[in-house]
Amino acid sequence: MEQWKEALQKHIQEERILTSLADRYSYSFDASFGEHLPEVVVQPSNRDEVVGILKVANEYKVPVYPRGQGTCLSGGPLPVHGGIVLDMSQWPESIDLRVDDLTVTVSPSVLTARINEEAMKHGLMYAPDPSSAHVATIGGNLAENSGGPRGLKYGVTKDFVLGLEVVTPEGEVIRTGGQTIKNVTGFDLTKLLVGSEGTLGVITEATLKLVPKPPAVQTLMVTFDNVHTAGKAISKTLTSGVLPSKLEFMDQACIQAVENFNPIGLPTHAAAIVIVELDGHPEALKVEKEIVQEIMESIGATDVVVPGNQEEADQIWHARKQVSPAIAKIKPTKVSEDATVPRSKIPDMMARLEDIKQKYNVEVVCFGHAGDGNLHPNILCDKRDQEEMKRAEQAVEELFQAAIDLGGTLSGEHGIGTMKAPFMESELGATGVGMMRRIKDAWDPNGIMNPGKIFAEKGQKLVLRDE
Amino acid sequence: MSNLQELQKTINYDKTFDCVQCGYCLPACPTYETMEKETHSPRGRINLVKMVAEGKASVEDLRDPIEKCLGCMACTTVCPTDVQYGQILEGAKEVIEDHEVKSQAQKRTEDFLFGSFFPSKGWMKTLGNMTWFYQKSGLQSFANLTSVSKMAPLHLGYFEQIIPKQPSPRKRAKRTKRYLPKRKASAKVAFFTGCVMDSVFFETNQNTIDLMVRSGLEIVIPEQQTCCGALHAHAGKVQNSVELAKRNIRAFEEEEIDYIVNNAGGCGARLIEYHHLFEEGTKWRERAEQFVSRVKDISQILVDVEGLHFTKPVDKTITYQPSCHMSNVQGVKTPPLELLKKVPGLELKELERPEFCCGSAGIYNIVNYEESMEILDVKMKDVCSVHPERVVTTNPGCLLQMKLGIEREGQSEQMDAVHLVDLLLEAGPQV
Repeated sequence: MEQWKEALQKHIQEERILTSLADRYSYSFDASFGEHLPEVVVQPSNRDEVVGILKVANEYKVPVYPRGQGTCLSGGPLPVHGGIVLDMSQWPESIDLRVDDLTVTVSPSVLTARINEEAMKHGLMYAPDPSSAHVATIGGNLAENSGGPRGLKYGVTKDFVLGLEVVTPEGEVIRTGGQTIKNVTGFDLTKLLVGSEGTLGVITEATLKLVPKPPAVQTLMVTFDNVHTAGKAISKTLTSGVLPSKLEFMDQACIQAVENFNPIGLPTHAAAIVIVELDGHPEALKVEKEIVQEIMESIGATDVVVPGNQEEADQIWHARKQVSPAIAKIKPTKVSEDATVPRSKIPDMMARLEDIKQKYNVEVVCFGHAGDGNLHPNILCDKRDQEEMKRAEQAVEELFQAAIDLGGTLSGEHGIGTMKAPFMESELGATGVGMMRRIKDAWDPNGIMNPGKIFAEKGQKLVLRDE
Repeated sequence: MSNLQELQKTINYDKTFDCVQCGYCLPACPTYETMEKETHSPRGRINLVKMVAEGKASVEDLRDPIEKCLGCMACTTVCPTDVQYGQILEGAKEVIEDHEVKSQAQKRTEDFLFGSFFPSKGWMKTLGNMTWFYQKSGLQSFANLTSVSKMAPLHLGYFEQIIPKQPSPRKRAKRTKRYLPKRKASAKVAFFTGCVMDSVFFETNQNTIDLMVRSGLEIVIPEQQTCCGALHAHAGKVQNSVELAKRNIRAFEEEEIDYIVNNAGGCGARLIEYHHLFEEGTKWRERAEQFVSRVKDISQILVDVEGLHFTKPVDKTITYQPSCHMSNVQGVKTPPLELLKKVPGLELKELERPEFCCGSAGIYNIVNYEESMEILDVKMKDVCSVHPERVVTTNPGCLLQMKLGIEREGQSEQMDAVHLVDLLLEAGPQV
């Protein structure tokens, strides 16, 4: 046995070191693309074990890839250079709620939805709501700086982190930030670590901010016969003094896919549907609902549906939830992107998507969080069709370029990982990426933490095909 | 076809592409929870099937993860892309079974068990009668009864104490082939008796007939019927399963009937999938579809005919443990609850996670005893927290498992487990 594998056994029980081929293949993938076989999978359950593992890895220069439940859409936990997958999901759950401080301290393995569940019991809310919140761990959410529909009003993961406990790549323990809302002591390492995709260390504990739970919500569903009007309506709403908690968008292809999959009476002729959710005091909601309704009607919406009860509202959100399974029926392989543009540029982005669709002859559908310009163009293809996958790769490349051209960004909430690494320079420039690289090298002198992510390797390209 | 191509076909390689690896199945999977690794999750298993089909891993690598799957199908209820996990699982089992080199003794035992034992009424009757005899006589343990115990390190001894009191052979022999209601029958039902149900839970079967007759249904019991084949399919013996399906389809075609009713969630799940065993466009497929369209669980038929009301209060706190195969494969979820709500005096306390499998899963609790008990422990924690006096189930496997769980928790003074049918009959059903 190699020395480093033997050395690992000093720090963690043997049954938590998985080495069989079946086990290793089970941690070779995530929810994105690519399959890479690690040499071992280690399942730590406390900080000291992580310290031990990282010390061994650093000494023997073995790569380490932290992994939550593998729901990542950008390749974050993929063990691209072999080595150790650090499965953080089996760490015992700990949720320490401090109601009077409006904070909660959690272990990295806690499922994100569980935090909100506990907070709700005390009239509080943990706002970030990625659609995988019931599966994904908070550790993964922190590493990727995940977003969600409520990001529009409340912000994303990074806006809710007050402090972290982190094991550095050299196996030292540091604490960043703290328990307080305000904190300007030194560099803001907390914000640097959140979204660093596991390239700077392993998060072993986090203290998060909570907000009061809004007493009521009001949903509206608005239909448009062209995307430009929808875009204008979104901008007008956001400048009206009303800030919705969610502003979700579905294009015609999505609407039709949902209706083909499980008909619920959506208008299939519509160019777009926008679903608005307002939250706050019931009295305030009455007024805000009317304001939004008026804006939508005056700007030329073809229909505004105001659900009369919770059941009808649930039905509308159910339709939005059906998008994912419905579009999977078009073609089995889904390349889900999260290129984000300034909010006013949504119609331009939609036009660019249409061009890309024609040019590369691929199926593209688009939905997402229109309120913050974070769209989810999905290219639907079939992994078994190499030629089609090649076209899909080209389409994705051009889609990234379109977002950057419009003043946007490669990723709104999924992260860079392996998939978008080759495009970093086109958004940030060589010096911009170079400065990030310097930070990385200073933190991780031996380059053991999650190599192959964020920073492209020489000649690295976007590949959706299995080699 | 090359070997790999053939393997890809059997193992349903094509269907693995429907999995987008989102991981939404992880929180639903009991074995992922208790065995604590992705290898024992639906997503992990599907990925391994893919790896085997691509020649990257061996069939041997796949064995343990597939054998440890309960087949509870909870994953299919949360899957956003509707992956046909059941078919992938059965394909994998078939490949493992084909690949296996078995000892002569093992083969003989299995041939007996799957070829003769479960499909045979005679054997099943014997099992029931012998159980009765041993219970009456207090001789030897149940574990020594069959050659099953030589097949694997089984734990039949644990099950011995939970087998219900058996009716005498004379009572068994008294059952007729046809039962008529007092008034004009509203529909004609063919009763699928099941093999384990009809041997170990003979009384429950009699009660099922009684309930249906009281509801104004005419009952026939086709003599040529046999085991549903679920256990065979779970063991990767697809060919046996097809043979049994054909025999049943034939047996239930003998007479004009409106429904085929069963009272075992697991059997029902098999019966309603008979058409999947035959290629589209074939005559057998058509016959299977006809068969499938008539299959109903006893709870469904009792709700549908709406004949019964319950006159005798049952003053008990109960909880309901649904059969996974009934909820997840047959899609029968509310009828048992609707019936329970009609019984006066009952207080129903629902479990926090009723959809979590009890770990019985066919013969999983016999062949994977340790793993099954870990799952049962999770279930029993939930059960004990609602303090029921009774646990109601709708499947023989679940029923035995719940009885075992109650024993293990040392709760047999405080609670017992019953089949829904037995409880309904106790509540004085009348038209």
